[in-house]
Amino acid sequence: MTNEPIIDARSLSKRFSVNKQPVEAVTDLSFTVQPGELVAFLGPNGAGKSTSLRMLTTLIPPTSGSARVAGHDIRREPAAVRRNIGYVGQLNSGSFAQRVRDELISQGAFYGLGKSQARRRADELIESLDLAPFAKRSVQQLSGGQKLRLDVALGLMHAPPLLFLDEPSTGLDPQSRANLWQHIIDVRAQHGTTVFLTTHYLEEADRYAERVMVIDRGRMIADNTAERLKAELAGDALRLTFTSQGDAEAAASMVQRLAGRPVQTHQDHSLRLTAPDGARLLPTAVRELDAAGIRVDCATGVPPTLDDVFLSLTGRTLREADAPEESEAKIPMEGPVK
Amino acid sequence: MTNTPIRGGIRRDTWNVLVRELRPVVRDPFTLIFSLVQPLVFLGLFAPLLIGQSGMPVDQTLRWFVPGVIVMIVLFGTGAVGSNLQYEMMTGSHERTLVAPLARSSLLIGRALKEVAPIMAQALLIVLIALPFGFRFHPGGLAIGLVMLAVFSIGLGSLSYALALGTRDREWLFCGVQQTLIFPLLILSGMLLPLDEGPGWMRAVSTVNPVNWVVQAERALIQGEFWDPVVLWGWVAAGLLAVLGLAVGIRGMRRSN
Ligand SMILES: Nc1ncnc2c1ncn2[C@@H]1O[C@H](COP(=O)(O)OP(=O)(O)O)[C@@H](O)[C@H]1O
Ligand SMILES: [Mg+2]
Repeated sequence: MTNEPIIDARSLSKRFSVNKQPVEAVTDLSFTVQPGELVAFLGPNGAGKSTSLRMLTTLIPPTSGSARVAGHDIRREPAAVRRNIGYVGQLNSGSFAQRVRDELISQGAFYGLGKSQARRRADELIESLDLAPFAKRSVQQLSGGQKLRLDVALGLMHAPPLLFLDEPSTGLDPQSRANLWQHIIDVRAQHGTTVFLTTHYLEEADRYAERVMVIDRGRMIADNTAERLKAELAGDALRLTFTSQGDAEAAASMVQRLAGRPVQTHQDHSLRLTAPDGARLLPTAVRELDAAGIRVDCATGVPPTLDDVFLSLTGRTLREADAPEESEAKIPMEGPVK
Repeated sequence: MTNTPIRGGIRRDTWNVLVRELRPVVRDPFTLIFSLVQPLVFLGLFAPLLIGQSGMPVDQTLRWFVPGVIVMIVLFGTGAVGSNLQYEMMTGSHERTLVAPLARSSLLIGRALKEVAPIMAQALLIVLIALPFGFRFHPGGLAIGLVMLAVFSIGLGSLSYALALGTRDREWLFCGVQQTLIFPLLILSGMLLPLDEGPGWMRAVSTVNPVNWVVQAERALIQGEFWDPVVLWGWVAAGLLAVLGLAVGIRGMRRSN
């Protein structure tokens, strides 16, 4: 039983049929996640993130492939999987007419908590997610950020060993997003919860996730730490500026040899290149050029982002890939009038 | 904190769903009164007309009309509850309950059972309001009538939920079907006006309208006519509707994702 992965996905695929046309939402997805990991599923809108999560959480059956989640098969033992996971979906999950605290207590009952246990746990989460002032309000009276905190609280009610979150931060302002992350990190530190979340915000995956899986057009195209992905698939963007075009051209071949990478010469007396270990290369290049009598006027190195990784993997930036469905963000809705 | 939630089967799940559904009603019982506005309008504005028209004594007219109004509450109130589920399907709240370790059937049965509570409260309220105007009833008959009404509301509520599950995010379709069905069911039940004077085809159609049988049975029960054959037909209609509604609703819920 030692080190059994908490998620073990094997060739998961999902095909939808839209107007009789097949849509390959997820293709041949295989990976494992160890207990305690914090994994981000990064990809543009429509990449297949939600579909993957919906398969792993037993909401929809895969077209082919299999997966074990929290020690149980998603097809054969969906009930056992459900008992052991928490899920915060892409849309708000509190029912409009329910009061915040009531909804938490009901959720506790659904997962088999006793009455007093459910109340205690609800109050704990209300406290830690700053929901106290709204605990007696109905869900339809909450703001978008408050609804989201309730969603997270609902997902944590039964202290699941594995928590799935589908784009939890979409539509939040930076402050709320930072707060949300603090909660996720705290929960993990306290309970050792495995966290598997999806995002289409690069900064977020970069900053918080220990492991990033990049998904595009239904396929996983990279899986590593953000650091390694950036180092291996993109490099620091370096720029050296000289006082004359002649210097720039003279320097080009030297820098190219040092970096082992192609160098572009620009008309503003500058050289540009991307290099995996650019921060180290830069001072070396400046020293060697100086020794050769070529004075570097200005040197900059910009570390890569995951967008550069995505670009080098797909030929598109994440923002370009995202563009068509940008409006998909969480829109808080009002309840119907009864 | 680790925990091993106990799985208590469908009965426990149903109970939990029922309790959850009842919470907003208990928190805000005034919503029950608001949804009574429509039946009260009929009671206040239609009953006097009827009394004037029929030329029968007031108490007799009310004994005929009040059971119809009570069934009307179910038709308008319970018939529309699917829209709540539909709204939960459009947000993530239905999806959350599908990921919870709950039997699918409990999500429907719990909701359908919940309908009984507001209907009982509302029916009693109507009876109380009608009392000072001369409405008289047989207490035992009313009690049995309420049980039949409960069975009827479970059936109609389930069908409304089934319609919501079937129409998914197409709110217009749900409303369209519900509105299209409700008035023919209402008029062809003889709830507002007796069908005895209507054309033959109307009377023929009304014999297959379960609402008609429930209304007639309620009228008989309220007068204490327990052994009138229409009471039996009322039970058959309400029972069949409940069985059909639950079957279709549970099937819809099992397919929901
Ligand atoms: N229920 C569905 N029916 C048909 N197509 C779907 C359904 N759900 C998702 N898709 C399609 O599958 C693809 C992946 O969608 P999704 O998993 O929601 O992407 P993401 O969550 O990464 O934005 C998209 O092309 C989407 O239109
Ligand atoms: Mg999505």
